[in-house]
Amino acid sequence: MVTERRPILLANGRILDPSRDLDIHGDLLLADGVIREAKRGIGAAGVPEGTEVIDCKGKVVAPGLVDMRAFVGEPGAEYRETIASASQAAAAGGVTTIVCQPDTSPVIDDPAIVDFVLRRARDTSIVHVQPMAALTKGLRGDEMAEIGLLKAAGAIAFTQGAKSVTNAQVMRRALTYARDFDALIVHHTEDPDIVGEGVMNEGEFAARLGLMGVPTAAETIMLERDMRLVALTESRYHAASLTCAEALEVLRRAKEQGLQVTASASINHLTLNEIDVGPYRTFLKLSPPLRAEDDRTALVAALASGLIDVVMSDHNPQDVEGKRLPFAEASAGAIGLETMLTAGLRLVHSAELPLMTLIKAMSSRPAEILGLAGGTLRQGSPADVIVIDLDSPWVLDPAELKSKCKNTPFDEARLQGRVVRTIVAGRTVYEYV
Amino acid sequence: MNIAQKSTFVLNQRHLLGIEGLSSSEILGLLDLAEEFVALNRQIEKKQSSLRGRTLINLFFEVSTRTQASFELAGKRLGADVMNMSVGSSSMRKGETLIDTAITLNAMRPDIIVVRHHASGAVELLARKVDCSVINAGDGSHEHPTQALLDALTIRRNKGRIERLTVAICGDILHSRVARSNIILLNALGARVRVVAPSTLLPVGIERFGVEVTRDMREGLRDADIVMMLRLQRERMNGSFVPSTQEYFHYFGLDQKKLAYAKPDALVMHPGPMNRGVEIDTAVADGAQSLIREQVEMGVAVRMAVLEAMSRTLPNA
Repeated sequence: MVTERRPILLANGRILDPSRDLDIHGDLLLADGVIREAKRGIGAAGVPEGTEVIDCKGKVVAPGLVDMRAFVGEPGAEYRETIASASQAAAAGGVTTIVCQPDTSPVIDDPAIVDFVLRRARDTSIVHVQPMAALTKGLRGDEMAEIGLLKAAGAIAFTQGAKSVTNAQVMRRALTYARDFDALIVHHTEDPDIVGEGVMNEGEFAARLGLMGVPTAAETIMLERDMRLVALTESRYHAASLTCAEALEVLRRAKEQGLQVTASASINHLTLNEIDVGPYRTFLKLSPPLRAEDDRTALVAALASGLIDVVMSDHNPQDVEGKRLPFAEASAGAIGLETMLTAGLRLVHSAELPLMTLIKAMSSRPAEILGLAGGTLRQGSPADVIVIDLDSPWVLDPAELKSKCKNTPFDEARLQGRVVRTIVAGRTVYEYV
Repeated sequence: MNIAQKSTFVLNQRHLLGIEGLSSSEILGLLDLAEEFVALNRQIEKKQSSLRGRTLINLFFEVSTRTQASFELAGKRLGADVMNMSVGSSSMRKGETLIDTAITLNAMRPDIIVVRHHASGAVELLARKVDCSVINAGDGSHEHPTQALLDALTIRRNKGRIERLTVAICGDILHSRVARSNIILLNALGARVRVVAPSTLLPVGIERFGVEVTRDMREGLRDADIVMMLRLQRERMNGSFVPSTQEYFHYFGLDQKKLAYAKPDALVMHPGPMNRGVEIDTAVADGAQSLIREQVEMGVAVRMAVLEAMSRTLPNA
């Protein structure tokens, strides 16, 4: 549903631009795919002929979201999600840039595959897509991938996907080499041996359910190792998904030391805890697993203080067959492109987090960290903008979700607030009616 | 000749998935009903007719001769048509999923399905997909309610009560559904429960289950009225839980010497099957203080009681 590009005036809204800590009441003018002006009372006189005027009274106008971690099924897993369906879900969730994972089939470890993803996105996606490339060949963890050529082909960052590079020597060399190309490594921190057969957070709840647990040490130990390597190599590093208070301590010390380190937390770990697993609900089986409530609140506090820089959806579509199994055998993962913002608004409504901080973590900070042009409403920036209704209540019906898979942890959840319009490059690609 | 039934106990829930969720009066109701079946089973004419015309399916995804046979006998003695499906059967080997198996069986309209599965939570998952009643015969490391019930019956018949008895459960607590169900049930009935195991075989958070925890058999068995031994699977050596069976038996295996730490009239139990020489030695297993054989007899009676109590609320009962 891509409309013809006319200038758009978003009028009377609350304009929130986290890139400048701007929070004013006013109008935003978009023309020729970029942002023209943001101020009070542009009015009918100040706009070009043919401008579409959209009344945003009572709504928030913010930069389109940049989701730093989403699994999109192309190539290889199109039955779970395609770039097209992911982009529909993204647009409905206010995400105007999807940063996608390379653990596809084949793995994105070759410039030709980066090119494939970019072309497929250009042809089928209604939002921007920025692929991450594999840090190691085939994601096998033993040999560095062609970081230079992949970056030149358009890879926005490098990652081992949903796993860690366990060989410290390989990680050290990769960090050193990537530094020369100013390439960012985004690393998932989980020691697979300590994880072992664990399927949920280790503790009393797992013990009662009779499920093997994953201690927080699995994450902390890997992050600690990586921080030492970052100090050794003086490189840039982004922790892909932190979940516990222990790891936050390690992150805090690293930042205090002056290391160039940033970190993401997934919307799931910020809004849910291990108790939500309940009677073996497999939609709540995640990797890393949902943690104790104390870890969740520590994570939210870290987000509020800026210790955690980015919130991402960790969108991971899993089909019914993979989830309709006993908990230990079920696949891990939850979708999130469409629900990330709404779920995040829970934290705003409960006063755990200011709205500006939430939007910043979902837009300007990821854009800054990745060196992307979006995540801002500055003049001349790409017209990737969303309009948010903060208050309207609704109940999530998985059948209405645009993703091909419906494995959402918010099944039948009562939510408050949603995206009502998403604009990409100056065109409305989603409108809630 | 039918023994006149005195108990009118009814189980007011569709499934028996665990001890968790049973009130102490429901537990006692089942034990009292089971007592009647112990007497019945010692007669020549054992057949009852309360489940006549009903279909019971034993669906065992995990091999078990003892529990499956026990349920089969229990069902037949109550007059039910019993069908056994176990992991050796072809469609399970063909990779049919748990859910598909459940849906297929459900279409045949059984009254009760008894399920054992190697994954925790699997029985509950299956129960959501069928219209009939489901009994959990053991799901992964989670629960084995009929085992805990037969253990309680055995204890009560030999000690006269359960409250204020000291029960020491020894062995691989981490992987044991028998331990979990027993802990919940014995606590509900007022016993004092202790678990004894090396730290690697204790679940993180076990202290929150309302049990005393120790890694020392002497301390663990002190003043114990009942010593319940759990099987140590040989795979535990591969998972780096314990270094060898010799070391395990030396520190945690029950022999006459360690049994002497308990009360002189302490009794020994084991859910079976036993690994003789690993967690328990032959002399103790076959000795005067052993209740192991009686447990098996109690098993049939308890399963008859569960089926009987459930049958009283089946549709068209």
